[in-house]
Amino acid sequence: MNKTSGAQKVRKAIETANQEGRAALIPYICAWDPDIETTRGLLWALAEAGASVVELGFPFSDPLADGPTIQAATQRALRHQPSLEAYLEFVASLYDEGYPLPIVIMGYYNPFYRYGLKRFVEEAQAAGLCGAIIPDLPLEEARPWLRESKRRGLASIMLAAPTTPPERLRRIAEASTGFLYYVSVAGITGARDRLPEDLVLRLDLAREVSPVPVAVGFGIAKPEQVRMLAPHAEAIVVGSALVKIVEKEGRKSPRTIKNFLQNLVSAAERR
Amino acid sequence: MLPNRSGHFGPFGGRFVPETLMPALHELEEAYRRLKRDSAFRKELNWYLREYAGRPTPLYPAKRLSEALGGHLKIYLKREDLLHTGAHKINNTLGQVLLAKRMGKRRIIAETGAGQHGVATATAAALLGLECVVYMGAKDTVRQAMNVFRMELLGAKVVPVYSGTQTLKDAINEAIRDWVTNVETTFYVIGSVVGPHPYPMMVRDFQSVIGRETRRQILKLEGRLPDMVIACVGGGSNAMGMFYPFVRDQVVKLVGVEAAGEGLDSDKHSATLSVGEPGVLHGMMTYLLQDKVGQIKGAHSIAPGLDYPGVGPEHAFLKEVGRADYVAVDDEEALSAFRLLSETEGIIPALESAHAVAYIVKIADRLPKGSIVVVNLSGRGDKDVAAVKEYLDSRSEK
Repeated sequence: MNKTSGAQKVRKAIETANQEGRAALIPYICAWDPDIETTRGLLWALAEAGASVVELGFPFSDPLADGPTIQAATQRALRHQPSLEAYLEFVASLYDEGYPLPIVIMGYYNPFYRYGLKRFVEEAQAAGLCGAIIPDLPLEEARPWLRESKRRGLASIMLAAPTTPPERLRRIAEASTGFLYYVSVAGITGARDRLPEDLVLRLDLAREVSPVPVAVGFGIAKPEQVRMLAPHAEAIVVGSALVKIVEKEGRKSPRTIKNFLQNLVSAAERR
Repeated sequence: MLPNRSGHFGPFGGRFVPETLMPALHELEEAYRRLKRDSAFRKELNWYLREYAGRPTPLYPAKRLSEALGGHLKIYLKREDLLHTGAHKINNTLGQVLLAKRMGKRRIIAETGAGQHGVATATAAALLGLECVVYMGAKDTVRQAMNVFRMELLGAKVVPVYSGTQTLKDAINEAIRDWVTNVETTFYVIGSVVGPHPYPMMVRDFQSVIGRETRRQILKLEGRLPDMVIACVGGGSNAMGMFYPFVRDQVVKLVGVEAAGEGLDSDKHSATLSVGEPGVLHGMMTYLLQDKVGQIKGAHSIAPGLDYPGVGPEHAFLKEVGRADYVAVDDEEALSAFRLLSETEGIIPALESAHAVAYIVKIADRLPKGSIVVVNLSGRGDKDVAAVKEYLDSRSEK
């Protein structure tokens, strides 16, 4: 039971990349988009391309933090009527195949609440899932979740935003395990041409107060952006840009995804 | 006093929103608590409610309706239907848009289902000279094309929402997404006692003028409190506004009427409190219509304003502690009440309010002689006349 915890695995994967002289890449894809076997192929492609941790979305009917790209992915995925039970079975099957990367679930709170937090973290640990990101669960409401997830060693990855005041940022970082997810812009998920000018500065401040690695996400899609951010964050999350490829190429997307992510991984080298 | 400091009504309510919005909710809460005690703000709001919206509204003794139901009851109608824009919604939008202006926000956003809250928000924004954007499910923009035009006449921009079920719940998601993106400049005017704290509290407070007036009026007319107060519940703002000033009066029975649509076992209804289960949506913990996995289901009612798969968290709390009862009447019962009130009192009620009327029709026989009952007539039915005609025509063809 007391092997390396999920939170430790996540942190270690990020630190390994950092020791190798680059920011860790954390790709996001939505499970069941367009079907679960493609998801399996995509996860392997991401591992082969050099990702450090994978964020695997659980689709929800009302994804209010997401932009059009991930909303559309959610709609495609929901046609398969996914359940958390099936999600965890899928994760367990990947680890049975020897999947090398820590997987964290990204999902809205209601399905977890409905499943039962205690039941979820127990079964998640048994399946090998390493952590969770719940974008509609801010610090004030997170206590029951944090208690359960910490008991099972899952990474509870909290989000901080550009609007978060410094003192609050510190408290959020201290509650996080695995890493802290720093949202690059006030807004929803989705690729953007430009990131805010003061982002680098704000990331440096976040890293000063955070006891865990800081990952930056939202709007990051291009190698130039990754190159610019790599020295200022321990990890970089890329989501909508990948989901767009899946949207376009469907079952044939794993190959393109692998090339796309490889480019980002090499852009993440801190020269 | 509820909610508590973190915005909870017992286990319900709270603030389940993306982190980006948390500081904005704190700012809003603080501004609201300050202005609530500010006499100049209250005076200004009361002035608009009186001179612009038409408050106080009458508490009207519905004698012919009472007679039609056996003549043993005294039924009063709280005439929110007589307000400017035709429903209680204006009580809240005037309050919130004034608050927005005081907070220095230049841009107003809102969600709307049938369009009533959208129209009331566009009205208040026009009155106070603020930019206004209204999110509306694409399906609703087709069903309620006249209200889209009304909002545009009032200078608002209406944005159709194509995601999810393309109805109210998705319009709320989209409004929240806009707010997350433009949080510095924008004030989100929520239309019911739903959403993250402080909205359920704030909207309740702005709507409580309904119950305060009613309480004063009935004491003057009858010298005692009513035995029962009835209001329809979608999100629950007219009901909460009516109930709240009576919550401590244990002798007053509070009844919220939900939409049973085509029947509670049909999957085509909006009876969240009657058959839903607790969960989290739109920033709050409350009763929801959801499947076993926790995906949110679509709602249905002949009354477009009741068509919502959630409900205000304070209603969930009042149900839980047993202070209010929640019942459901179906489309047919609401339609009969719609006609009955039109024929007996010369008042065409909104289909939403017709649900409240339908409930007194349903239980009149069971109430003791001399009972005083107040029905909140939250809106007028002009907006529904065409839809009702279509419904009746299509039925007679079958």
